[in-house]
Amino acid sequence: MKDENIYLALVTILAPLSIAAIGGATGIYAPLQHETVELRQWMTSREFIDLFAISRLAPGPGSMLAPIIGWNVAGFGGALLATVALYLPSSLLCFGAARVWNRYRGTPWHRAIEAGLSPVAAGLIFSGILGLLRLGQTGPLSWFTVVLVAGLLMWRPKLHPLLLIGCGALAFFLLHVVAP
Amino acid sequence: MNHPPPVSLAMIYALFFRIGLFSFGGQLSSWIHREVVLVRGWMTNDEFLSGMALSQILPGVNSTNTAIFVGQRLRGGWGATAAIVAMLSGPFFAAILAAIFYKWIIGWEATQSIMEGVAAVALGMLARLGITAGRGAAKGVTPAVAMLATFIGVGVMRWPMLGVVAVIAPISVIVCYLQGRGHEG
Repeated sequence: MKDENIYLALVTILAPLSIAAIGGATGIYAPLQHETVELRQWMTSREFIDLFAISRLAPGPGSMLAPIIGWNVAGFGGALLATVALYLPSSLLCFGAARVWNRYRGTPWHRAIEAGLSPVAAGLIFSGILGLLRLGQTGPLSWFTVVLVAGLLMWRPKLHPLLLIGCGALAFFLLHVVAP
Repeated sequence: MNHPPPVSLAMIYALFFRIGLFSFGGQLSSWIHREVVLVRGWMTNDEFLSGMALSQILPGVNSTNTAIFVGQRLRGGWGATAAIVAMLSGPFFAAILAAIFYKWIIGWEATQSIMEGVAAVALGMLARLGITAGRGAAKGVTPAVAMLATFIGVGVMRWPMLGVVAVIAPISVIVCYLQGRGHEG
C-alpha cells in the first residue's frame, strides 16, 4: 500500500478541503470518505467510520480525523503532512484577514463592523446548537446535561471546564454501568 | 481599549496548548472565550465575538481560525503561529495515540456512553457562550434583530450560511455605523 506518491495524495486530497470547508469541519467528512474509501481504497467503509469515531474521542478540533487517516496510511510523516495540508491554507487566509481587520482598529468603520458582527456570531452559535439538536443522536439525558452545564456556567462563569467534563463522563459512565 | 494588554508568546503558547489538549468533546471556541475574555481579559466580548464571526465565515475549522485571530490580535504573526501550533500539537499526538489503540477503545462498551456525556457537557459550554453573546445582542433593537434573523436563516430555515451572513452582516454593520455605536460591550 505504501508508495512514494501516498504523501502527495494526502496533500492533494486535504489541501483543497482546507479551503472548501466553509462553516467548519463537518463539511470535510463526506469528501474525505469518498477519496479515501471509494476512490483510493486505502480503507474499508467500516474502518473509516471507526476512525471517525476515534477522532471524536480525542481532544481538540473535530478535524483531527486528518492526522488519524494520515497515520493509518503513511505513519508519522503521513499524520504530520495531513495536518499541515488541512490547516495551512485556511490558516494563512484567516491570518491575512485578521491582519487587515486588526490594522483598522479604532476607526469608526471598524467599531461598526465589530458591533455589527457580534450579534451575527450569536445567531450562528444558536444555529450550531440547533443543528446538533437536529441530528437526533442525543437523548433527553444529554439535553438535561446541556441545560444543567449552561446554567451552572451562567451562575459560576469561571468553573473549570475539565471538572465539568470529568463529572459528565463519570455520570454517563455510572449510568451505563447501572442501567446499560 | 485600542491596545491589547501585553501578553508574551509563551503565555499564548501555554494557554492554547492547554485548550487543545484538554478540550474533550469539541466546541473549542467556548473554551477560548472563557480563557481569553472571562478569565484573562485579553479581549473584550465584542472583539472576540466579531473575530469568531469572521472565523466562521472564512473557510477552515472555526476554532483554529478563532485561535489565529486571537493570536494575531495579541502578538501579530508570531502570536498567531504560537496559538495554532500550540492548539494543534497536543491533539495531534493524542490523535495518534487514539489511532494506535483504536480497536481497544472502540471495543470497550462504555466508550459510547462516556463520549455522550463529554459531548453534552461541551455543548452546554457552547450554550453558555450563546447566552453570553445573546445577552450582548439583546441590548439594542438592531443587534437583536440581526441575531434573530441569522438564527432563523441559518438555524431554522437552513439556508446557506454564507448567503445569509452576506445579507444580514452588511445591514447590521451599516446601521451600527449610522448609529455611531462604539464597542461598549
